[in-house]
Amino acid sequence: MKTTDIVIVGGGPAGLTAAISAASSGAEVTIFERSPQIGGQLIKQTHMFFGSEKQYASHRGFRIADYLLDELNKYKDKVKIYKNATVLGIYEDGVITVDLDGEYIKMLPKRIIVATGANEKIIPFPGNDLPGVYGAGAVQTLMNVYGVKPADKVLMVGAGNIGLIVSYQLMQAGVEVAAIITDLFITGYHVHASKIARMGVPILSGYTVKEIVGEEQVEKAIIAKIDKQWNIIEGTDIEYDVDAVCLSVGLSPLVELLGQANCELRFISELGGYVPIRNLDYRTTNENIFVAGDITGIEEASSAMVEGYIAGLTAAKDIACIHDDYENKISDYRNQLDGLRSGPHSGRLRQGIEKLMGGNK
Amino acid sequence: MDQKTLEEKTIICRCSDVTLKEVRDLIREGYTEPDEIKRILRTGMGPCQGRTCGPLILREVAIMTGRTIDEIVPFTYRPPSKGIKMGAIAKGGELNDK
Repeated sequence: MKTTDIVIVGGGPAGLTAAISAASSGAEVTIFERSPQIGGQLIKQTHMFFGSEKQYASHRGFRIADYLLDELNKYKDKVKIYKNATVLGIYEDGVITVDLDGEYIKMLPKRIIVATGANEKIIPFPGNDLPGVYGAGAVQTLMNVYGVKPADKVLMVGAGNIGLIVSYQLMQAGVEVAAIITDLFITGYHVHASKIARMGVPILSGYTVKEIVGEEQVEKAIIAKIDKQWNIIEGTDIEYDVDAVCLSVGLSPLVELLGQANCELRFISELGGYVPIRNLDYRTTNENIFVAGDITGIEEASSAMVEGYIAGLTAAKDIACIHDDYENKISDYRNQLDGLRSGPHSGRLRQGIEKLMGGNK
Repeated sequence: MDQKTLEEKTIICRCSDVTLKEVRDLIREGYTEPDEIKRILRTGMGPCQGRTCGPLILREVAIMTGRTIDEIVPFTYRPPSKGIKMGAIAKGGELNDK
């Protein structure tokens, strides 16, 4: 059977930095990425990132994928990257199975780093399966990766950063945004919300989708106000003639491979759903499996990259590939994470991590 | 729109076209574990493998039974995480023995 030191599942920001760390520690690395492109969700981020310089703030997201690949290229004799490669299973004996372009392969790695990211959530309402009801991330992929205009006029549901940024990018692509609605309040950065409000798009708080109407596809969206128990208040309907509805109502960590491998999972709503129990080294309760990125709880790409750097170092150390500057790097990355999570916007995230780790964050 | 029409027009599982009404009827009958619902309605057995419907069903069970979500056991995770042709698996097995 094929073997390797470390298999990394997912070639997004966390997977790529994990590969850089592990390869620079001397480990042999294989990355499996299910998409035809490497970079995960970075490749469709046309906007500039916030945060600190160490995570490429003020650079556009898709460029960051290139920088990480360039860095990884320094270790190319150590790294194999497979695209169109979906890891199908992790079995009790540590064997993994992969669909590689339609071919079924098996591999027995010494350690596995799972960096599969997250999945878009949907919400239930009448008409929610009509063509034209999209996830906001899917719309962003259509526009920014494939150059396809997804609709002419859109209602955006959700006012977190993804909802706000995708609304702006829809307008850049010539799509009209009828309104942005949110059940509670704006959770994204106010700098994004203000920019959109200045462009004349109403942002309505305390609303939900009542019904989507259409024969073959979305023709009309009806929204209504909700009370504190999330019940629709009669007589508050607003109708929009739109041909698409974009859902940006949160992400859930993609933990299915961890579930297969008997890693202990816990439901923590602040982190997006079921997340793995892990320690400071990003090792799960299955000692051969490490995690990094959104799978550990929904955060930004910047934290995903730092988590990847940590998991790459710790997984490599576990098989006696110890980076020359291991101690300094680990403590620097841990400080970076504390910094990224210290802002006023990260309160909920900090609560979630507290629940997951107890005092040992 | 009355409650029944609302539940019939709301889809919980897009892979197998399962409505909110079918899910709620089953929970009312006493099938209050996601794996039981999965075996009867096929939710979580399509291409999405429960990635979309899983969280929605957890929420419905929680609301209707008064349990918190962390008290409910989610769908069992099993390989393969997506569809693969039987022929590919057979061929993979042959290569493996060499």
